[in-house]
Amino acid sequence: MKLDKLQKKILIILLALCLLAPIGILLPMYFNAGRAWGEWSAQTMKELVGYVPQGLAKYSTVWKAPFTDYSINNQDKSVVHQSGYYIVSGIIGATVTYVVMLIISRLIVRNEK
Amino acid sequence: MHIPDGYLSPQTYIPLFGVFIPTLTIAVKKVKSELSSRDIPYLGMAAAFSFIIMMFNLPIPGGTTGHAVGSAVIAILFGPWAAIIAVSVALIIQAFIFGDGGITAIGANCFNMAVFMSFTAYYIFKLVSNGPGKKTRVSFAAFISGYLSLVMAAILTSIELGIQPMIASTADGKALYCPYNLSIAIPAMAIEHLLFFGIVEGIITAIIVSYFLKSEPGMIYAFRKGGKDETG
Repeated sequence: MKLDKLQKKILIILLALCLLAPIGILLPMYFNAGRAWGEWSAQTMKELVGYVPQGLAKYSTVWKAPFTDYSINNQDKSVVHQSGYYIVSGIIGATVTYVVMLIISRLIVRNEK
Repeated sequence: MHIPDGYLSPQTYIPLFGVFIPTLTIAVKKVKSELSSRDIPYLGMAAAFSFIIMMFNLPIPGGTTGHAVGSAVIAILFGPWAAIIAVSVALIIQAFIFGDGGITAIGANCFNMAVFMSFTAYYIFKLVSNGPGKKTRVSFAAFISGYLSLVMAAILTSIELGIQPMIASTADGKALYCPYNLSIAIPAMAIEHLLFFGIVEGIITAIIVSYFLKSEPGMIYAFRKGGKDETG
């Protein structure tokens, strides 16, 4: 697959976005903002409403993602390390998404133009 | 807006899978007939863009966070059907690899952010832009499209969450899933998206659509379809 000038430009912008992604954890930290509304952990839910809803307790553990919260090591308290993990997660995630979407598009699109 | 596992009852997430999966199969057929091989690299990039832009969590000081989704700009540039597939791929990868959004909630999250938001964005843009004629009008249409589609997707999400206490509670009145009802969930999600996150989605949509209108006007799907191609 040969990429034209515009496509190369977009790829560079996407890479730049991956490198800038830690803004997405640093800004919330700086402004003391928590998780998105309705995305709290079972633990936080207990603090918010006084109990963990039974269904939430049951379902919240159905899947253990390899890089939960876009981090390779959630125990690591270092902000610098977490920023690094966030960049790595961004690059891995964006690359996997790009490749999967390319494969799917190749399989779907048949019009040569 | 990524609903985690355990917030939606099976009575909610199963029907949403039931709507999402047939829509996805229609999207595959539509993309097959509408797009050509030169669009393929762009579709990959669009999905990757949606993935990465959702990592930019923006804070409401002392409150919650939120982010843009990218569905609006993808729907305008490549059509709502392509946007459904691209954003769904990003959401499914986020759920499985990064635990962002639940596995049981994949149908719901894809329906809200990929299906509903793409179509809302696309038709708002078509309605407001009225063809590629005026650049400022197109930029404005793109902004409104991104802004309103994200706000409406957030409200849809808050309705799915807010109906949970009605669907499933224990005898002593404790919720089984999301414990907040509609009167809390809707204002909470609507206001933060109306005042902040929607504006971010709108600005991103306007910047990218304006760029394509200037440099690659022939590529914009919203102007290619329906015999309104005035750009040549």
